[in-house]
Amino acid sequence: MINSLFLINPSGEIFLEKHWKSVVSRSVCDYFLEAKEKALEPEDVPPVIHTPHHYLISIYRDKLFFLSVIQTEVPPLFVIEFLHRVAEMIQDYFGECSETVVKDHMVMVYELLEEMLDNGFPLATESNVLKEMIRPPTILRSVVNTLTGTSNVGDTLLTGQLSTIPWRRAGVRYTNNEAYFDVVEEIDAILDQSGTTVFAEIQGVVEACVKLSGMPDLTLSFMNPRLLDDVSFHPCVRYKLWESERVLSFIPPDGNFTLMTYHVNAQNLVAIPVYVKQSISFFECGSDGRLDVTVGPKQTMGKTVEGVMVTVHLPKTILSINLTATQGSYTYDNGTKLLVWDIGKLNPQKLPNLRGSLSLQAGAPKPEENPSLNIDLKIQQLAISGLKVNRLDMFGEKYKPFKGVKYITKAGKFQVRT
Amino acid sequence: MTPMQKLLQLPVNAMNMVKTAQDQMGQQDEAKSPVMTPDGGNHNWYNGEPNDPRHIRFGSGGGDQEERAHLEEGGGSLSSLVTQPLRHDDLKEMLDSNKDSLKLEAMKRIVAMIARGKNASDLFPAVVKNVACKNIEVKKLVYVYLVRYAEEQQDLALLSISTFQRGLKDPNQLIRASALRVLSSIRVTIIVPIMMLAIKEAASDMSPYVRKTAAHAIPKLYSLDPEQKDCLIEVIEKLLADKTTLVAGSVVMAFEEVCPERIDLIHKNYRKLCNLLIDVEEWGQVVIINMLTRYARTQFLNPNMNESLLEEGGGEKAFYGSDNDDDTDDEEDKEEKEKKKTEATAIVKRKPYVMDPDHRLLLRNTKPLLQSRNAAVVMAVAQLYFHLAPKAEVGVIAKALVRLMRSHSEVQYVVLQNVATMSIKRRGMFEPYLKSFYIRSTDPTQIKVLKLEVLTNLANETNISTILREFQTYIKSNDKDFVAATIQAIGRCATNIGEVRDTCLNGLVQLLSNRDELVVAESVVVIKKLLQMQPEQHSDIIKHMAKLTDNIQVPMARASILWLIGEYCEHVPKIAPDVLRKMAKTFTNEEDIVKLQIINLAAKLYLTNSKQTKLLTQYVLNLAKYDQNYDIRDRARFIRQLIVPTDKSGALSKYAKKLFLALKPAPVLESPFKDRDHFQLGSLSHLLNAKAGGYQVLPDWPEAAPDPSVRNVEVPEWTKCSSREKRKEKKADKPFYSDSEGESGPTESADSASDTASGSESGSGSEESGSGSESEESNEESESASEEDEEEEGKKKKKNVEKIKARKPVPESESEPSSGEDVKKSEKKSKPRIGSSESESEEDDDSESESSESEEEESEEESEEETKKKKKTTASKPPSKPPKKENKKEKKEMSLLDFDDFDPAPSPSQVTPLNNFLSSSLVTDLEGLSLTDNVLSPTTIIPSGNLKTYELLHRITGEGLSVEYCFSRQPFSPDPHMVAVKIQFTNSATSEAKSLHVEDAKLQSGMRIKEFPEIEVLPAGETISVVMGIDFCDSTQAANFQLCTHTRKFFVSIQPPVGELMMPIFMTENEFKKEQGQLMGMNEITEKLTLEEKCQGEHAVVQRVTTAANLSRVPCGSDKECRFAGKTVTSGSLVLVSVVTKEDGAAQLTVNCEKMVIGTMLVKDIHQALTQ
Repeated sequence: MINSLFLINPSGEIFLEKHWKSVVSRSVCDYFLEAKEKALEPEDVPPVIHTPHHYLISIYRDKLFFLSVIQTEVPPLFVIEFLHRVAEMIQDYFGECSETVVKDHMVMVYELLEEMLDNGFPLATESNVLKEMIRPPTILRSVVNTLTGTSNVGDTLLTGQLSTIPWRRAGVRYTNNEAYFDVVEEIDAILDQSGTTVFAEIQGVVEACVKLSGMPDLTLSFMNPRLLDDVSFHPCVRYKLWESERVLSFIPPDGNFTLMTYHVNAQNLVAIPVYVKQSISFFECGSDGRLDVTVGPKQTMGKTVEGVMVTVHLPKTILSINLTATQGSYTYDNGTKLLVWDIGKLNPQKLPNLRGSLSLQAGAPKPEENPSLNIDLKIQQLAISGLKVNRLDMFGEKYKPFKGVKYITKAGKFQVRT
Repeated sequence: MTPMQKLLQLPVNAMNMVKTAQDQMGQQDEAKSPVMTPDGGNHNWYNGEPNDPRHIRFGSGGGDQEERAHLEEGGGSLSSLVTQPLRHDDLKEMLDSNKDSLKLEAMKRIVAMIARGKNASDLFPAVVKNVACKNIEVKKLVYVYLVRYAEEQQDLALLSISTFQRGLKDPNQLIRASALRVLSSIRVTIIVPIMMLAIKEAASDMSPYVRKTAAHAIPKLYSLDPEQKDCLIEVIEKLLADKTTLVAGSVVMAFEEVCPERIDLIHKNYRKLCNLLIDVEEWGQVVIINMLTRYARTQFLNPNMNESLLEEGGGEKAFYGSDNDDDTDDEEDKEEKEKKKTEATAIVKRKPYVMDPDHRLLLRNTKPLLQSRNAAVVMAVAQLYFHLAPKAEVGVIAKALVRLMRSHSEVQYVVLQNVATMSIKRRGMFEPYLKSFYIRSTDPTQIKVLKLEVLTNLANETNISTILREFQTYIKSNDKDFVAATIQAIGRCATNIGEVRDTCLNGLVQLLSNRDELVVAESVVVIKKLLQMQPEQHSDIIKHMAKLTDNIQVPMARASILWLIGEYCEHVPKIAPDVLRKMAKTFTNEEDIVKLQIINLAAKLYLTNSKQTKLLTQYVLNLAKYDQNYDIRDRARFIRQLIVPTDKSGALSKYAKKLFLALKPAPVLESPFKDRDHFQLGSLSHLLNAKAGGYQVLPDWPEAAPDPSVRNVEVPEWTKCSSREKRKEKKADKPFYSDSEGESGPTESADSASDTASGSESGSGSEESGSGSESEESNEESESASEEDEEEEGKKKKKNVEKIKARKPVPESESEPSSGEDVKKSEKKSKPRIGSSESESEEDDDSESESSESEEEESEEESEEETKKKKKTTASKPPSKPPKKENKKEKKEMSLLDFDDFDPAPSPSQVTPLNNFLSSSLVTDLEGLSLTDNVLSPTTIIPSGNLKTYELLHRITGEGLSVEYCFSRQPFSPDPHMVAVKIQFTNSATSEAKSLHVEDAKLQSGMRIKEFPEIEVLPAGETISVVMGIDFCDSTQAANFQLCTHTRKFFVSIQPPVGELMMPIFMTENEFKKEQGQLMGMNEITEKLTLEEKCQGEHAVVQRVTTAANLSRVPCGSDKECRFAGKTVTSGSLVLVSVVTKEDGAAQLTVNCEKMVIGTMLVKDIHQALTQ
């Protein structure tokens, strides 16, 4: 299985290594670094690299490369999924996953990795279990540790592995018992030049933050579960009950977790909350072009569209741009040719517009393809698919928890072709 | 450096106190910190920079502090070498100190060094000393260090071994596990025997966690010393039989690494693994599913049989009719099918394809995992379905795979590779999701290319226009690699789909005027391939391309154009010589492939149009003759000999025209993913399209299915018997038991031995033990059946209601007479075994204790989980009265047969339906929590036949509502410290009772009640059972509460007999003795008594005691003594009971209990039970 793990920063420095079997020299990373040099973008580095004696499987996440060394056959997704779990674990423990954070908590990360794999095979990957063995740092604890000289390693031995429910730690106690659920929906869409929808679908995710004492057994039901076409669950959800009754019945892990992800039936027409009127043109003769983009609300279900942002990767031959925005502001990075127009709230009365001229490098031919626009947006208090949580019931505990559901719609991969 | 060294000689402790404090302040402080104590810098260790040597040499800005820090880390550079002893003195001193905090600090720094890849190996002696440190944090870090460096410092590492050996004996399972984990991670060959011993021991440890660790240790040892393989296989075999989900994944992993070829080890565990699968942790699921895929390929028949076979198959075939589809099978399959057709038709005619129930079981049990959040699990299930499922069912995986495509790009990458392979075979599967493969400009190139591949594979007559429109957008992309791939994709679409060939060709020709050379070149190459299919109609295009030779510089494209012109020079007789003329001019400047094509063109023209081109050809050949490249020179010479007629010219020259202008078959544009599915999908080998080390080949389907009965753990006829009556008849059959899987090897062999020896129906002992374990197995097995039941029943309102409903089909199906009986019997399964083994032989005894031990382990670890299960089971228990009577009747028969206290005969038929129910309710209610396999582990089986029912509310006082309760003896799942009370409401009134619930409990202090969920409606004449939990605080005080309906409230009270305040636990004889030894004096109560006449047999004693108190039997070497163990529900205090029988019915009863009051009352109750 997984032999070694290297953490590599974007400049190619290996700043952490962990071996679960015999030590593999870090020179094995050279193959990877070579591939990385070749790739234009970090995302273009092939996830699986074959070297004479090893296989390197890597992920790029949060500006870090997680590179694992494999010696024998193993399902690549197994490794990739595990590496993502490592990244999530670091995020979970320290609030973010970045080079500085890992360097600051080197020993702890190392210990966590030690617990997560045994002989290259995953041992404890549930955050609830890990947290019982190695306590995450908190401000209070770091003060205490300073005074007493102890560290964050749990001084009681773990019990999580042996608790009835592998994903929930035992003996949870809260004074305020609360359970919050965020229904976040993302619209993935491709619109063509004329504004017609080439492809659109809705991806949803139910994020939970459950802080309940004891062993609560929760049941979450939806008003319209038929909408959900395809779902995947946290292991705590009882599959069969979903299949038969379309309710989510589960004993939750403690803290934050993703309860389910879903996909809304493709047959339902997806409401596209905004429309984009654009014209980007380059003149054949002169070395410049024009850009004119207007964004307006379309099907917003009476809610305000916020956080609207338009991102354009302009062609490489653009020399400079000169634009004016009627609302919001735009930034342009001439190095990456990235134009970002941050609009903010969408006002139906006065539609935001960005227009101006683009000048090309002298002599450069007119770009063949117009750049596509990537749209970002956010609508509070609305799940665009119309999904609604019906109720949340709790069994197994006596207290009355605070419950809350929040809906947000966002743009996922929302692209307008021009 | 010397001043520093001096500084280090200072009392380190004092310095460290300061330093530790600073350490925690974080970096910011540190940067500003004015404290320049020699240790002050140490805290930089976790923030080191990679290029420290440079800093050491030049860095002075950070002053002392920074410099020190870098020295601490010591790279391989010269300066660090100088300072190394310095650093180590410091750390060594800290490690040698008495203060844990200093040791911890030192260890942290050392581990940080390891993490950053610095060498810390020469600290080994100082570190290894601390292996026995009491402080758990230090210990952990020392372990981390040992695992890393033990391999390099083998001799010193041996010093630590004894610590681990001690740890292996620790009473705390976690310490045992971690000791084994570290011991097995130390890669030192000399300790192989110690490791082997430790693994063997841990494999039969009580704690499943330790057993899991043992499973993990197996591959470690194997890689260290492959010669241990045989021994390790034994351990694997043993662990494979383990029934806990915790162990299952890890042991299969070990199996895959050590002995993947020993597929025979899986047979007996196949069904168990299938049933456990859903509850195994994610990573284990992946491994198990992949292994089972391979297993199924060797054991079952191909579900996708030939259509012709289908027709012959008749009715039953039609049932699986969907399985048959030709175009989905690969070549080999077809061949195989052909063979089948001819050879096996006769057989097949008689035996139409029916899917093996085990095959079905696997498919059904893996399906829900498509909903897993773990991409690897989803992929594993997808590949299983792809390789194993009938064609019509494979479709379900498409949706899940498409879902994965929204995940991280690495996941997308792997999934798309697999989808590409699948979409060649089963195009229809992904067609509905065509749009999900549309490409965004923001996708990484490798993803774009893969999506393109899938889109191409999915193209057919109906969707081609959509796809081509989409492709048109892609061609405009700025990503030129992607554009090139798109053009090739268009070419493939055009070859595959005749209707659009012209459209595509036109499109491609338009691309020839593209400004980008790469695009044009790629188009030329593709057009060349397309034109080969029907060149006659396309001389225009060829002419157009001839013109392009002036502009295109890409060698491959130029070569393609030249080849085309040469090949079809007859279609363009005027242009061709002119092209050759131009080419001859530039010949020397061309690339090699172009030169070769020029020679080719010249030769072809010479043959067809020698008048115009003779001189040109000779000129070209002359140029080529002196080319630098020997290939070109050779080619020129060869061609000259062949085409130019000379006096010496060989026999071949007259065939030159035939040679050069032969009709060439059009190339087939194939997907690079074609036939990749001979690799197991989802595997690394598949991804690389090359066999990776350790890859296990996915075998082809067998021609004829191997004997399916190898998987039968106990009921060989089970799978074949369609009717339950049949099974019933079989009940007394010998093979029924002989196949049974004992819990441990020895038991099993003993079984079969005795079987053959006795050879008759009444081979009592072995049969019993066989059926004992069988009841467990049949549970797993029956899950499939139970699920069907469930489906039939459709939706259920509430869990409770559901249970009751689910119960219904159970008694209907012939288990009615004695569902209580079989429950009781299986509960007692360990008892008769003891009896039997005693009578059999001494050897049996050993196996006995072993098996009981394993049961006990399970019961311990799962006790909590089981509480859950039991709750469910409780609710499902049939009302106990009628079975009770039956029970007695049966028993009489049994004693006639001299079966001790239990009759194996009705067991198969009766146990099964009940188990059915158990597992089904579990599956529905406790997914993810329960170990389905363990449902029938002894604790869960309660002697329902012995349950006494008490009245809570009489029909008359209750105004038509009568309520009875009994102690179901199941752990109460929401709270294991409560006693489960099953309450049965019967509405004998004429109107329905509404909203039955509990109110206003008046309880003694400390007592608690967990009410049952409100019953909304109880129609007239109906009966309903619910379970409530009461914590009696280990006292026999009554719990008083009000039972309310929508109209009335009734005061009721439940008073438990003392025997119900406990729950059974399992222990071995030795443990029992040990515990008993600790509960002497005040805690022990002994009473002499005379057994009642009817009660003088051993089994009668057992029965009476277990009826009186909820205890479990402890195995015992002597038949004069019966031992029982349990613990009180609330406080968990041990309750040990032993009854020693003497002659003439005299007996001595001993009760040991921490709670004296309970002990006294229990003595009284048992005394009464035994004497009356």
